[in-house]
Amino acid sequence: MNILVCLKQTFDTEERIVVENGKVKEDGVKFVINPYDEYAVEEAIRLKEQFGGEVTVVSVGPSRAEEALRTALAMGADEAILADDPALFGDEYTVAKVLAAIARQKNYDIIIAGNQAVDDGSGQVAVRLAEELGIPHISTLTKLVVEGNQVTGHRDAEGDEEIVTATLPVLVTAQQGLNDPRYPSLIGIRKASKKPLAHVTLADLGLSEEDIRPRTEIVDTFLPKPKEAGRILQGELQDQVKELVQALIQVEKVVG
Amino acid sequence: MDFNLPEELVRMKETIREFVENEVEPHAMQIEEEDRVPDEILEKSKELGLFGLSIPEEYGGMGLSMLGKCAIFEELGKTINGYTTIIGAHNGIGSVGIVQFGTEEQKQRYLPKMATGEWIGAFALTEPQAGSNAAAIKTTAVKKGDRYILNGQKIYITNAPYAHVFTVMAVTDPSKGPKGITSFIVERDFKGFHVGSIEKKMGLHGSHTAQLYFEDMEVPEENVLGQEGEGYVNALKILANGRAGLAARCLGSCQYLLDRSVRYALERVQFGKPIFEQQIIQHYLAEMALEVETLRWMTYRVAWMTDQGMNVIKEAAMLKLYGSEVYNRVADKAVQIHGGIGYIADYPIERFYRDARITRIYEGTSEIQKNIIAAQLKKEYTR
Repeated sequence: MNILVCLKQTFDTEERIVVENGKVKEDGVKFVINPYDEYAVEEAIRLKEQFGGEVTVVSVGPSRAEEALRTALAMGADEAILADDPALFGDEYTVAKVLAAIARQKNYDIIIAGNQAVDDGSGQVAVRLAEELGIPHISTLTKLVVEGNQVTGHRDAEGDEEIVTATLPVLVTAQQGLNDPRYPSLIGIRKASKKPLAHVTLADLGLSEEDIRPRTEIVDTFLPKPKEAGRILQGELQDQVKELVQALIQVEKVVG
Repeated sequence: MDFNLPEELVRMKETIREFVENEVEPHAMQIEEEDRVPDEILEKSKELGLFGLSIPEEYGGMGLSMLGKCAIFEELGKTINGYTTIIGAHNGIGSVGIVQFGTEEQKQRYLPKMATGEWIGAFALTEPQAGSNAAAIKTTAVKKGDRYILNGQKIYITNAPYAHVFTVMAVTDPSKGPKGITSFIVERDFKGFHVGSIEKKMGLHGSHTAQLYFEDMEVPEENVLGQEGEGYVNALKILANGRAGLAARCLGSCQYLLDRSVRYALERVQFGKPIFEQQIIQHYLAEMALEVETLRWMTYRVAWMTDQGMNVIKEAAMLKLYGSEVYNRVADKAVQIHGGIGYIADYPIERFYRDARITRIYEGTSEIQKNIIAAQLKKEYTR
């Protein structure tokens, strides 16, 4: 079974975000595998342990993302592909196109990705990739069962559980609870430095800039307003209610 | 001069730091109270490869350099020392004897299972009448045909209750003094081998220490480790090899205590301001930070010297002495900065304070380290 895992290197969730000149500052920041993608890597390695085959991890991102790929290799993935040519960077549309070009280079039975990245949280790339490839997808899985050609995915559905079936090849995305990702072993870390890691460019993938031109534009980046001290309403209950409704309509504009 | 750790070690250190922080430290209080490390934590530690650090790759270990071992031990020192000791004693004195002096057959038989942690290692030198004066051991080994018959008693043997492989020193020729001592590889299931009950200790909870009794215990002659009569010298070499690793564990604990103390001083408000703003606290913290920094570079330098094959007898003794004394001073200041909460068992500081105390005693007391340093000085100056 050949498995492709899409992963993104993101800020450690405990890092403080600093915006400077309309950009998120990266100096001195600790980067990790996007936690949802870590579930994807773990699930892929488990499938490999169960059925055999190979796990390829792929990332579209700057050269620092190599570290995240090496971690996935240390966990047990077999090879890695890093699309670190800046010509391949863009928005979700772009990344899905690039990943599709990479995915077409080999016959993958399952493609696994995180349900979303913890940085921009769009949750679009994996699903777009499935559309690009014309294969079914099941998203935000908490359990995955593969039997022969049959794939069964369990997913949270508003406090209930939805069970969705599909046939290979399929793309699935991982939700928290799918598994408990392993730590890379010391020997895994040593082996990882010897496993293949290929860098691919726009030309390697036979894409043109127009094919992958972003369809969105980032106009501004800013932090949410810092939380201000709350206000405690006082007086008669009736007056308090009136004041609250007024505030919701006029000050916070959450109603109306 | 390059002060950076190799890339591979940086990654390994990072992984062990995360493992310790997320998988061991949250259970520290439970380990402390139950005096037992949960099997699940030990199993995960084995899967990570923590039991094969010093065992060569061809026998299934990591074959780490002393530098690598110290880097990992520093991280392991940042949690409950009982857990650290199980792994430290196994990778150090519990297995380096076989790695250094074992025959090919002995290595094949023992190291692969020790590398996975299936067989835990222990080191048995100390006896009731032979502590710092280790050459005074009384356990006898009498050759009888193709085997030796051992009789005697060992005391304070770390890992004894769960170890399978013991490096045991015994007297084969009482007329020769220290040169009449031989080391043996003893397995737990040898006939005549008994482990006593678990000692109750001031600290190091989770790590178990017990006595060993040998009653006409038969050890096959192929289990002699090294040459007959070289057991005492081998024991000293094994202990010397363990010193850098032990200091690295002290270093990790010191770093942990410094981190906690700085953070606490910044948060704790007395007299209307964080206690960090008091000059006396600043001085305590500055002294702690200075000693931790000194210990760090001393540790990694001795490790590096060891890896270069240099003679480190003096430096390793200085390092073990300094590391354990610094750990005690840092732990004492950490308790002082924390005040009442530093004395309360719901908070980790008092545990480190108790755990620190043994480092000045085991694997060669502080006083013995000074003897070693002085003996080396004399050698250097009277050449």
